[in-house]
Amino acid sequence: MITRLEDKDLKRQSRRQLLKLAPVAALGVFAFPKVSDRLVAAGVRFSDWASGGLFRPQHLAQMFSDSDVVPFAKFPYNGYDVLDPEIDLEKWTLTVEGDVQHPGGYTLEQIQALPKISQNTRHVCVEGWDVVGSFGGSRISDFLTLVGANTGARFLEIECADDYYESIDMASAQHLQSLLCYEMYGQPLDRGHGAPLRLQMPTKLGYKQAKYLDSIRVTNVLKPGKTGYWEDQGYSWFGGL
Amino acid sequence: MEREEKNEDKKDAAAPQPEPLPMAKSGAVEGPEVKPETVVAEPVPTQPLAKAEEPALVRAAYEHPLPIRITHWVHAISLFVMVTSGLRIFRAFPSFGPKIPEKVLLDIPKSLTLGGWLGGALQWHFTFMWFFAASGVLYLAYQVISGHYRTVLFMPRDISGVWPMARHYFFFGPRPPAMGQYNPLQKLAYTSTVGFGVLSLLTGIVLYKPTQFSWLAFLFGGFHLARVWHFAAMCGFLAFIPGHLIMVVLHGWANFFAMLSGWKREPEYQE
Repeated sequence: MITRLEDKDLKRQSRRQLLKLAPVAALGVFAFPKVSDRLVAAGVRFSDWASGGLFRPQHLAQMFSDSDVVPFAKFPYNGYDVLDPEIDLEKWTLTVEGDVQHPGGYTLEQIQALPKISQNTRHVCVEGWDVVGSFGGSRISDFLTLVGANTGARFLEIECADDYYESIDMASAQHLQSLLCYEMYGQPLDRGHGAPLRLQMPTKLGYKQAKYLDSIRVTNVLKPGKTGYWEDQGYSWFGGL
Repeated sequence: MEREEKNEDKKDAAAPQPEPLPMAKSGAVEGPEVKPETVVAEPVPTQPLAKAEEPALVRAAYEHPLPIRITHWVHAISLFVMVTSGLRIFRAFPSFGPKIPEKVLLDIPKSLTLGGWLGGALQWHFTFMWFFAASGVLYLAYQVISGHYRTVLFMPRDISGVWPMARHYFFFGPRPPAMGQYNPLQKLAYTSTVGFGVLSLLTGIVLYKPTQFSWLAFLFGGFHLARVWHFAAMCGFLAFIPGHLIMVVLHGWANFFAMLSGWKREPEYQE
C-alpha cells in the first residue's frame, strides 16, 4: 500500500515507529558478560520451573525389548573423577537422614529385599548421546516408604563416595521407574558403573544418576551452591527428560 | 530527489489560492519577508508562497508493522545465540551415531561458538529458546490475525516466478517487474524460514523432553532422528542467512531502514 506524504511527515512517522522498536534493544544487556552470566542462569532456572510443571508423574519413559539394548561393552563408563572410589562393599551401608522416621544405615540386603524392578530404558547424556541399557533395582518410592520418609518433603539430597553429590525433586524420585539400581545387564553393578548402588531414573539426564551412593537426606531446603556437582557449575538442576 | 522534483512540478499547475491561516503555520519557515498580512493585501507574492505551501510528496509504504519488526529483530538475535550455542552443544558429541565407537562428524572451531563450555552453551540455549519460541508464536499469530501473511506467504501461484527471479540474481538475467512488497523468491525464502523455525522448535522440544513429549518424538521418528532434524533446521537457517544479508546490502539503506522504522521510502513497486 503506497501512500504519498510530505517528506517531513515520513521522517516523523519513521522516527516514531523506530522509537516503538526501542524495547528490543533491551536484549543488548546480554552483550555484557557480567550481566548475561546471571541472566542465562536465571533462564535455566525458569526452564527448570517449566520442566517441573511439564513433568507427568504417571507418564512412563519408553521401555525397550532386550534386542534393543546395546551390548554391555557399548554402555559407556562415565565418571567425573575416579571410576572406583574403593568402597568396602562388605561394610557399605546407605545412610538415611533428614525428614524420615527411621534414619540410619541400610544394607544392600535390606534394599534388595524390596520388590525388584528390571527395566530396559534409555540413558540420555547431556552431551547428546544416549544408550539403551538394562537395569535392575528397587523403586526409590518403596525405599522411601521403608525408611518412613515424609514424601511431602521437596527434595532428596544425595552424597556419593566419590564426593559427587546430587539433589532431586520428590516427584521425580517417586516416579515408578526411578530406581536405587544395584544391577546392570542382570549382573551386580560393577565398580565403574557405581557399585554397590546408584540412581537410575529414565526421566532424568545422565548426570542426575549419581553412582557410589553414600547417603540420602530427605529435606525441604537445599543448601545454596550445593545442589549438584554439575548443577553448581551451570547445568540444569531439574535435568528432566 | 529527482522524483520529488517531478511531483513538485505536477502539483504546481494546480496550485490552490493561498489562505492566510495555513500560511501562518506551514509557511513560517519562509522567513520574515513573507507575512500573512502582506499575502492578503497583495497578490504578487502568491507564486513563491504557493511553492512553499505545496510541498514535495514522497512515495512511501508502511511495509513492516511493529509486531513484524519486533519479532524480526528478536529472531535475528536469538537465532545468532541459538546457532552459536547450539554448535557448542554439538561439539560435546559431534556425531549422530552411537557413543561407542564415536565418529566425529565435524570439528567446529571454538571461536564460532558461544558459552565457553557445554554447560554455558546450554544456559544460553535454554534461555534464548524462550525468546525464539515466544517471538515465533507472536509472529505467526500476528500474520494470521492481521492477514498480513498474504504479502509474504509463498503460494503455488508464486512457483512460476521463482526461476526468473533466481536467474536475475544469480545469472544476470533480466529483472522481472516488481509485483508487490515481495517477489516470489523472497516469499519462498521467508516462508521457508518459518518452516525451519517450526522444525527447530518442535525437534528442540523432543530433544529437551523426549519422555514428556514422547508423541512428538514418535512423529519425528524418534530421539535420534529428531536430533538430525534439529541440525537440518539449523542448516536451513545457515543457508538462508548469508543470502538474506547479501540481499540487504545490495538493496541499500532505505530497504534496510524499513525493517527498523516500518516505512520504506520510494518503494520499487507500484500500486
